[in-house]
This record gives sequence, structure tokens and C-alpha cells, in this order.
Amino acid sequence: MTKLIFEKHIAEANTFELPPLEVPEVGLSETVPEHLLRENATVIPEVSEVELIRHYTELSNRAYGVDNGFYPLGSCTMKYNPKINEWASRLPGFAQIHPYQPRETVQGAMQILYELGKMLGEITGMDHFTLQPAAGAHGEMAGVMMIKAYHNKRGDFKRTKMMVPDSAHGTNPATANVVGFDVIEIKSNDRGLVDLDDLKAKMSDEVAGLMLTNPNTLGLFEEEIQEIAAVVHEGGGLLYYDGANLNAIMGICRPGDMGFDVIHLNLHKTFATPHGGGGPGSGPVGIKDFLADFLPKPIVIKKGDSYSFDYDRPDSIGRVKNFYGNFGVIVKAYTYIMAVGSEGLKDACQQAVLNANYLRYHLQKKYHIPFDRLCKHEFVITARNQMESNHVATLDIAKRLMDYGYHPPTVYFPLIVKEAMMIEPTETESRERLDSFIAAMDEIAREVRENTQIVLDAPHTTVIGRVDEVTAARSPIVKWEE
Amino acid sequence: MKFTPNPPAVVEAMLNDIGLKNLDDLFTDINEDLKQKHQQEFVKNGLSEIEIREHMKKLAGRNSNVDDYPTFLGAGAYDHYIPAVIEQIMWRSEFYTAYTPYQAEISQGILQAIFEYQTLICNLTGMDVSNASMYDGGSALAEACKLASMHTKRRKILVPETVHPEYMEVLKTYGISGIMEIVPVPCNEGTYSADTFISMIDKETAAAIVQQPNFFGNLEEVTKIEEAIHQNKGLLIMAVDPISLAVLKAPGDLGADIAVGEGQSLGNSLSFGGPYLGFFAATNKLMRKIPGRIVGQTLDTRGQRAFVLTLQAREQHIRREKANSNICSNQALNALAASIYLVAVGSKGLKEIAVRSHQLAHFAEVQLKKQGVELLYNKPYFREFAVKMDDPAFMNHKLLENGMIGGYELPGAMLLAFTEKRTRAEIERLAFVLGGLEND
Repeated sequence: MTKLIFEKHIAEANTFELPPLEVPEVGLSETVPEHLLRENATVIPEVSEVELIRHYTELSNRAYGVDNGFYPLGSCTMKYNPKINEWASRLPGFAQIHPYQPRETVQGAMQILYELGKMLGEITGMDHFTLQPAAGAHGEMAGVMMIKAYHNKRGDFKRTKMMVPDSAHGTNPATANVVGFDVIEIKSNDRGLVDLDDLKAKMSDEVAGLMLTNPNTLGLFEEEIQEIAAVVHEGGGLLYYDGANLNAIMGICRPGDMGFDVIHLNLHKTFATPHGGGGPGSGPVGIKDFLADFLPKPIVIKKGDSYSFDYDRPDSIGRVKNFYGNFGVIVKAYTYIMAVGSEGLKDACQQAVLNANYLRYHLQKKYHIPFDRLCKHEFVITARNQMESNHVATLDIAKRLMDYGYHPPTVYFPLIVKEAMMIEPTETESRERLDSFIAAMDEIAREVRENTQIVLDAPHTTVIGRVDEVTAARSPIVKWEE
Repeated sequence: MKFTPNPPAVVEAMLNDIGLKNLDDLFTDINEDLKQKHQQEFVKNGLSEIEIREHMKKLAGRNSNVDDYPTFLGAGAYDHYIPAVIEQIMWRSEFYTAYTPYQAEISQGILQAIFEYQTLICNLTGMDVSNASMYDGGSALAEACKLASMHTKRRKILVPETVHPEYMEVLKTYGISGIMEIVPVPCNEGTYSADTFISMIDKETAAAIVQQPNFFGNLEEVTKIEEAIHQNKGLLIMAVDPISLAVLKAPGDLGADIAVGEGQSLGNSLSFGGPYLGFFAATNKLMRKIPGRIVGQTLDTRGQRAFVLTLQAREQHIRREKANSNICSNQALNALAASIYLVAVGSKGLKEIAVRSHQLAHFAEVQLKKQGVELLYNKPYFREFAVKMDDPAFMNHKLLENGMIGGYELPGAMLLAFTEKRTRAEIERLAFVLGGLEND
């Protein structure tokens, strides 16, 4: 068991020091009213520098990143994070600049904001981008707010509903709700795609728009996207694109050409910036020209060779965060795009789709695949066969995969498929890696039949066994106490 | 550059293996008329690593950084010293290339780090429970207001005009949901008047916001507001500066229901405004309404202590359209940096940093006054204060000529912040220039 940092406390072990005081000493109580001052000290454990380093190194050894191995988390696009991106974002000219510096001292940073917006526009077929949102869900929120602002500006206050397919990411309905829309769920048809009849039946003058992921969370391209767009547009609604799955079509086709009016991207998925163990991400939002007035402010503009911020935008939805976005992440995505180029982006997409289809083709021999046809960057398999034969569930298979050295796929999602495992290999995995993953999955399928208990009790090789989530939620312990 | 590992021969073999002829066969489900007719023109073939280095160095070189130009900018982002240990741990790619720790058995290191972060934030703010981080200070405050509206089933959020103007803008933007109405509390002397504030609190008020220190660096009187808002069964939300908490009363000790803030100054680089982290902590009573991820302690099947994402029934991936927040990704790596920072400096070090920053500010006040520069407000402040200045943009230009990045420009004034990194010589130079004396 690893001790918590609090359990490593030794009084006076911390030797941090400041340079000698160069100015006359003035007591705090001489300048700050006594009753505002803290009486008890903050409780921070004292550890020496070497023990601090060992503590966090030990924690890192108990974590698993893309650099450790294959990470086929569906809809998360866990591709390799090129090291040149990390290097670039740490340059003092990017990392050590204050957001309120005089504009003439940050022209290089503003050029990156401006140029990345332009490049994302070209990649997606959208007219303008804001880079302000801090993550995908934050971008969704900004985008859906713009849809609301658009209808409001037209005096069309009746549109209080947002359509979301039943296969959508959880953030879609949650976003619609937090922006103040009622959610209407659209059914999937027997091919795993949006049921056009259901969409037509539910489209009305009370509907603000449709939020759609294409390809969807089954990894299937919405083949009727142009008809879908027509239904929504003819009904007076707008079409929102969840860009979590852009890696599947990048360089092949563009959301803007499909009829989408608003889109968000996840730079931490498609554009190779790391996920950081849960963040930071970056969720730029692209829109068509007719929505430009509603963009969050400020936006970067270019006059001649100089860049400035435009704050004078009366119809803007306002700010969704302080400053200009997760700039450090933006630098990494910019570096990535410059490094691979537009041909490289297309290559990434093709290889990602090839890897997904290669895995799908080989896994179908042992696992049930509900929609077994050409997929894009990801696909869904299930534990149906294993459930029927030996009562082994998706969760068991996921846990057993850890014993083989893999991060499990996304499990129990999308909700419309029972016992789902959603697998997204990305383009940065070699055939050898894919082959060994297939071998591990086949081996687990064999174990399910011949050595069931080893799967039910998995994982065996990880630093801990399965956790008691029920107790964790019922009697929460959410901080360390002596 | 390319980061796809399969050479053309392998790609061909894989295609053959699955019965396809070429890469185009992978996209036959996409209508031909949707397909791009030509590739984008920008950097068509990409750059080599040597070229990209040169390109990025050139762009970075067009920015003046605070390592080369001492700065007096604050206004929500501060140039505190970042100990070397942080960067070393930030380079551990087991941390930075990992996803959200949904699979606990393979992610104990990250879960434990978050659990420790939550504890440190609770200790700092005096609150019972902290989440795993939010996007930044402004969005954390907006989520806190949303929570208050839902919890009290009231709409009115009282926000003093001394709150950071960008926080105010974010609040107004989040208000489009209709769940809350942002009502500014007028302020004129650099702090709110408690009487005015209290007169606006009523039975319709969901929450009263106090930023401490406020945008101008001034210190607000919290106690009377706390009494009034709680008498009316609303919530007290405090937006606080984490460094200041080493010396100023903690929100928990002042009766706050929710404490939020910008965590950047805890070991995160300025990075032109992000990525930073918003911290969010609350009382036990609100635990099951807090937005975002929370890590809890439990046991594994082997009887060992283990950590896991918990109380997930609140979150979007479970609750979907009934979720109160849509947050998914947060700022986990920045929160890790904040934790390492706190442990690196320790309780004593954090207090020394706070006291030193404040002492340098006080020294600057005396030096500036000697040069005839007047304070905009005569109020107790922490680390940061505003001075009167006819043309702050011009003076910032002058400072730049003198090798310094000046302060935040206010109408007819300049907001100046001081951290432990500033030296006596830098402050004297600042006072000379702002006093109208050229320094060579």
C-alpha cells in the first residue's frame, strides 16, 4: 500500500526558503486588519524534496498513459502525443507570458490563436472559430448557447427543445439541459443510425436544433446526413456537430459541407494533445458566418501584420472562461498540425480507420458485434457470447485485459448496446500492437470458457484488485483526515 | 513529420487481410459528393522536426516573457515562483498521457494524487469537500452560482462590482440558461459597502458572492454579509486567492457554503491565460450537488485501501439530461501541479510567500508615494493595489522601454501586483518610472 503524502509528514522536513528580505520588515497586522487574518495555520504535510520526488514518482508508477501502452478507449482518441508539442508549449515565450501583457509583446502568441482558428476552419469547413472553451463539454456549452442566442435574436422564443440521439455522448443531453433546453431523444434505427422517421416526427417549431456526432458512437457514419440536415434546417433548427469523433473523417470530408452550423472539436483527442489524466483539454467551437456575431468574446483579428483582440461585439454570448482559452494546449495542437500538415492529417484519419476495421475484422471471430459492417475510427463489440455461455460480463473482460497489460476499452457505452465495449485503436498503433491485442482478446475468450474464475476475479496483476464502489458512494471519504 | 507507425507495405497487407483493395475502400459509406475534392493548402506536407523547432522558436521569440521582463501584472494571474520539482513531475508521461481514471485498478496513482489534492484544497479553504478541479476561477464561480440557484430554488445572485470583471462576464454568459439572474452590487470606493450589499439581500436571493481579496486587491468585510445571507437562507460563495489563504481567514472559518478560486498561482505557469485550474470546495451538506469529478477512498477485494471516482450519479455520463453540470474533462494535470506546489513550499513556505509578496507590495506603496504616485483607494489590500495614473497605457509603454512589463490598465489608474520574485531594485525602478523620472 502506498502511503498518502500526509502520512509522510515529518515536522520541519520541508526546507523551502526565500531569498533574504531586502526591504524593511513590516508586520502583517500593521497593514491588514487583525480580524481578517487567519488564526490557524494551513495543514500541508512537510516532506523533504527527495521524498516529494519519490512520492510522485511512485504515484506515476501506479498510473497508465499512452506512453505505457495500448489505450483503446472508444470516443477518447488516445493517440500518441508527439514530444515536439510538449517541448514547444514549454518555451518561455509561450509558458512565461501573462494574459494581460501589452499586445505588442505577445504578437507571436496571438498569431498562433489566429492561425490555428483559420486552420481548424479549413479542416472542418467552418467559417470562424473561437478557441476559448477549455474542454469538449465546455465547447458544447458555448456552441449550444450560440444556438440559443441565434433564436432569441430572431425573436423565436418558442424553440425550447434540443434533439439528441439515444446513442449520444452523455455531455450532449447534459449540455442542452444546462443551457436551458428540454431534451428530446431521437431513436436509432436497426442499422445503428439516426431514425429519419423519428427525427421527422419530432422536428417542430419548438425545436432549436439537433446535436449529432458523425460518425456516431458506434463508429458508424450517418449516411443520411444530408437528409438529416435538410429536415432540421427546413424546420428552422440548427445542426450541432460533436467533434469528439472528427479523427474518423479528417481530411476525407468536412462537417461544414455536411450542413452543420456549429461544431466543437477536442484538441486533446483529434489534434494529439495529451489528456493529462483528465485534463486540461481544449474545445474550440466553429460556426458558419451567419452565427459570427454570437461568438464568445474577445476574438483575435489581424490588421496588416499585427494581431489584436476585438471586444466590441454586442451580440456575443460573452465569455465562457477567463482570458483566451487553454493556450498551452492550443500551442501543442498548432505544433502538431504544422508538423504533420494537411496530408498528414488525412493519413492519420485513414490509418485510424484502417486500424479500427482491422481489429473489428479479427475480433468478430470470438465476440458479438452488433453492427458488423465497415466502421470508421471505432466500433462496438459486446460480451453477449460470453454472458450466454459463462455469465461473464463486459466488466470482467475489461478487468482481465489489464492483466495482459492493456488499458480497457470504453465500457457500457453507448447505452443502446447491452454489455458494450467501444474500441478505438487510433492511427498511432502498429500492426504488431493490434495483433497482440487481438491475441489477448482471443485468449480471454478461451479463458471465459475454460478458466472462468480467473476472468471473474480479474485483475490479478494490478496494484489493487477490484474496488468497492458501492461503499465509496454510500459512505463517502473524500479527503484524508488524521 | 508522421506519427503513424505502419509503413506502406504493412498498410497494404492489412488492407488485403480484411479484404479491401485500397484506403478509399474504407470510406465507401460516405457520399461521394461530400468528399473533399482537394486537400487544404496550409503546410501541405508538414514540417520536419528541425523546421518545426525553428518555426516555434521564432513565434515564441515574438513574445516578451516575464523571465526576461519583470512584471507587475496580476489581476487574476500571478507570477509566483514555480519550484523546479514541479516541472520534473509534469514531464512524467504516465501522468500527462493518461486519460481520466475511470478504470481504478490501473489508475491508482492518479486517483491518489487527486484525493491528496482534494484534501489540500479542503485544508486551505477550511471546507469539507473539494472536487477534482474545474476549468478556471471564473467558470468555477459560475458553477457555484448555478449550484446555489438549484439548491435554494431561487434565481437572484448578488455579485459586487469589485469581483473580477471577467468573472462577472462569465457569470452573465452562464446566466443564458435562465436558471440564475446576475444582479451587480454597486461599489465605488474599491470595496462594497456592507450596508448596500445587505439591503439587496432578500428571500429571493440564492447567493451572495464575495471575492477576497477583490479584483483591486482590496480586502472586503465578510462577516456582516455572511449573517445577512444566512438569515435569508441563501448561500455565501467566496472566490478566494489560494496564496492569500496562508494569511487571510479561510472561507470555512467565515461561514462560506462554497469556496472557489483560481488555482494558477499554485505552481502553474502564466501561459498566456491557460491552462489553469479552478478549485471548488463546499460544505458536507452540498456534497452530492457538487459539479465535476470527486475521488473517494474505499477498499479493494484484497482488503487494501483504494481510491475510485465516486458519487458519479451526479455526473453527465450517468445522469445525462438530468445532470446539473455538463463538465467532463477538467484540469487534472494543473491540479497535480497545484498539489506538488503546496507540498514543495509547505505550510511555512506558503505563509512566507504570502507575507513576502505583501511586504514587497507595502514597500512599493511607500516608494510610489515618495515619487508622488497616489493610491486609487485607501483600503487595506493584499499583495496588489491600484494607483492613480492619467495615461496607464503610456506608462506601460515607458516601463517596457525600461525592461519591465507594467500593470493592468484601469480607467485613470493602474493595478500593480507583487510576488516574492520581485526585487527591491525592480520596485525602485518601477517607482522611478511611474513617478515620471526616467531611470537609466
